[in-house]
Amino acid sequence: MALLLREAHVSEPEDFESDPKIVKFVVVKKHEEDHAQPAELTSFEEVMLPHLDAAHNLARWLLRNEQDAQDVVQEAYLRAFKSFAGFHGSNGRAWLLTIVRNTSYTLLKKNRAVDLTTPFDEEIHATGYESVSPATILEHSEDAELLRKAMDELPAEFREILTLRHQEGLSYKEIADIAQIPPGTVMSRLARARAKLRECLAARIGKEK
Amino acid sequence: MNCEEATKLMDGYLDGELDPITSQTIEEHLRGCPACEQTHKANSALIRAMERATPYYKASAELRERIQISLREEIAEPPARKVVRDSQVLFRKRQPELRTILLGTPWNWLALAAAIIFAAIIGLNLVPRLQRPGADQFLATQLIASHVRSLMANHLTDVASSDQHTVKPWLDAKLDFAPAVVDISSEGFPLIGGRLDYLDNRPVVALIYQRRKHFINLFVWPAGADTSKTPKAISRQGYQLLHWVDSDFTYWAVSDVNEKDLQTFKQLFEEQLPHH
Repeated sequence: MALLLREAHVSEPEDFESDPKIVKFVVVKKHEEDHAQPAELTSFEEVMLPHLDAAHNLARWLLRNEQDAQDVVQEAYLRAFKSFAGFHGSNGRAWLLTIVRNTSYTLLKKNRAVDLTTPFDEEIHATGYESVSPATILEHSEDAELLRKAMDELPAEFREILTLRHQEGLSYKEIADIAQIPPGTVMSRLARARAKLRECLAARIGKEK
Repeated sequence: MNCEEATKLMDGYLDGELDPITSQTIEEHLRGCPACEQTHKANSALIRAMERATPYYKASAELRERIQISLREEIAEPPARKVVRDSQVLFRKRQPELRTILLGTPWNWLALAAAIIFAAIIGLNLVPRLQRPGADQFLATQLIASHVRSLMANHLTDVASSDQHTVKPWLDAKLDFAPAVVDISSEGFPLIGGRLDYLDNRPVVALIYQRRKHFINLFVWPAGADTSKTPKAISRQGYQLLHWVDSDFTYWAVSDVNEKDLQTFKQLFEEQLPHH
């Protein structure tokens, strides 16, 4: 509070009303000149906070860890706020999810190199559970815990695309933008992701039998 | 279309992402191919089931609060400290509870305004023994508080228009004085609108201009006989204040643009004033 009162360099304070020079108060605690406006923050929050659940859900699936997901979402919101001036589109959710996705991968690369560099090993997962019929898989497919475990087994790019399509219901075009892949790749990656998820479900169901 | 092609396009078909003609071709194939039709049905059911049953991780209220706090810190912090902090943010854990309470969402800006007013009151009471504060300091405080208040949600303008011929009549109808409203948008200071305010024990006009992402509040009221003619520039709390007087009016421009921009604004404004 005292800071506010500590005007310095006021020459002859008694007389400054009539001082012909421009009187300047130098203030100790000075904000930077071009900090963002509160008005800008208000509009940022209006546009972006409604997508907080989507942001968190994507980060949580990518990172498979609640604390990391929270840190990444917070960081992503800060990044988004800083570049909000450059956002002129109408699709706030896709724009935010792109930033969340990129921030998540930065952390994944830093902490869990294995997750990204190990290609999904077809051999390990070559199931041997072909006996599990599609009908049986379907029977178990509404078991949330089983689905979660099976999803978590998939590589990051599959978890990502399944979340964006199955949970956010995004179009192929939006998914291509967020995942930064050619639009033509979305369908084939989604097909592989679904096939792999079915396999993982079958393997888990087979084990339980 | 053969089975291999149909299988390849199956996911796009299920997602409704194929063009109408290709979709139709697949439908024809499915009608004639029981094996593909069965796969299609099974996959379709499985996808719908997965869509329904996959756990959706909603954000906690705590995370929402944490983000809102960090955004406000982002605004408040000088850049030097920010650089260090940014690189650490991924590893930073939750905010301490006390901070959470102190920096709670909307109170931040209210608190800033309150702090300024509070400081001014203390200043008026205590400082005279040390140095004469001058009426200007109290006025500056009021001006900044009004500026800050105006930037809080939806409080910037009473009449929002970039057209001086809309803003001026609106203001004239409400007041017993008629300040000039000039158009200097071509110089990079578009007019945003006008507002009525109450400052220094009188109704005043606030004209709002914009400079890039920043707003300038230009407070105007009739110059009294005792008004000092000395122009003043004050920098306080990160805000720039510029004061000048012409034959009719007292002007105070308040903004967080830099001092040079504000001087330019003043100059342009005066140049565009109708001559008496």
